[in-house]
Amino acid sequence: MVDHGRQHFGAGPAGGPAGPGRSGDPGWAGEQSQPAHGDRRSLVRPYTVTGGRTRPRYDLAIEALVSAAPYPPRDVTTLTPEYRAIMDLCRSWRSVAEVSALLRLPLGVARVIIADMAHEGLLRLHQSRPADAQPDVRLLERVLSGLRKL
Amino acid sequence: MTSVKIVVGGGFGVGKTTFVGSVSEIQPLTTEAVMTAASAGIDDLTAVPDKTTTTVAMDFGRVTLESDLILYLFGTPGQHRFWFMWDDLVRGAIGAVVLVDTRRLADCFAALDYFEESGLPYIVGVNGFHGEFTHTNEEIREALTIGSEIPIVQVDARSRESTKQALIVLVQHALQMQSAGPAPAPGPAWT
Repeated sequence: MVDHGRQHFGAGPAGGPAGPGRSGDPGWAGEQSQPAHGDRRSLVRPYTVTGGRTRPRYDLAIEALVSAAPYPPRDVTTLTPEYRAIMDLCRSWRSVAEVSALLRLPLGVARVIIADMAHEGLLRLHQSRPADAQPDVRLLERVLSGLRKL
Repeated sequence: MTSVKIVVGGGFGVGKTTFVGSVSEIQPLTTEAVMTAASAGIDDLTAVPDKTTTTVAMDFGRVTLESDLILYLFGTPGQHRFWFMWDDLVRGAIGAVVLVDTRRLADCFAALDYFEESGLPYIVGVNGFHGEFTHTNEEIREALTIGSEIPIVQVDARSRESTKQALIVLVQHALQMQSAGPAPAPGPAWT
């Protein structure tokens, strides 16, 4: 009970949706050293594969769904191992969190790679509302009915 | 194709992963986030002075509600001081179930504080170990200093049916909050 204070919250919700690396991060510093896509064949450590970037192209919720594009614009066999692993995994719907967990990629790294792949047309993103938006009444009612049927 | 999420909070060892696992269609998975020195300004790294980065893990499960609607259940990281992960969890969530062990009530205070501050709908789930509930809900409400509008339910986190009922109460509560008007949400408002 003694600890029931709000002193923690300088870092809490008032900080808004900005996560690590989203505020004042060196961001795109590594990008220029990154070769043009199609050329990244080496198996590299996770944070290197993002070219040092910690900020994804799109604001992806951890539960945002992704699936592999049925007709990828590039020959899948030329992709990096990370890209290929994600393409394989996303033959069925997967959330950003599942890609991170199943491929043992830190969440932030998974986000950057997934957003890049979506940008390149390799993945389709399924995020029906902004990452900050709470589900509306209609969606909540569908969830309720789904839970009751479980 | 749509996905939604519910957050499961509470102190260490209160049964969050058990709760998630009892209703999940997959074995709970673990995702890790790396907190770097860049976020040290907003999170407290003093407890780990020798580290410039630290890893925070959280468990989650998945429930397919309809062929095109998937619910994810995320357990909050055990260490409450790593707020950056919580911000990510709470964004766009339906709400939260705060699990409470009546023998260690204070363990859930940080989670209660956080969800109240963020305006997220939440309910309290009293996890009765071995089916024993030694306090009435009103005693618990008073001890936690939460308003009468917050539902308190008794839960057996090992039981799929019990977990499911708690989730139903939470979604009903979230619906009630929406019909009562927009919650005071921090940050940019989406209308």
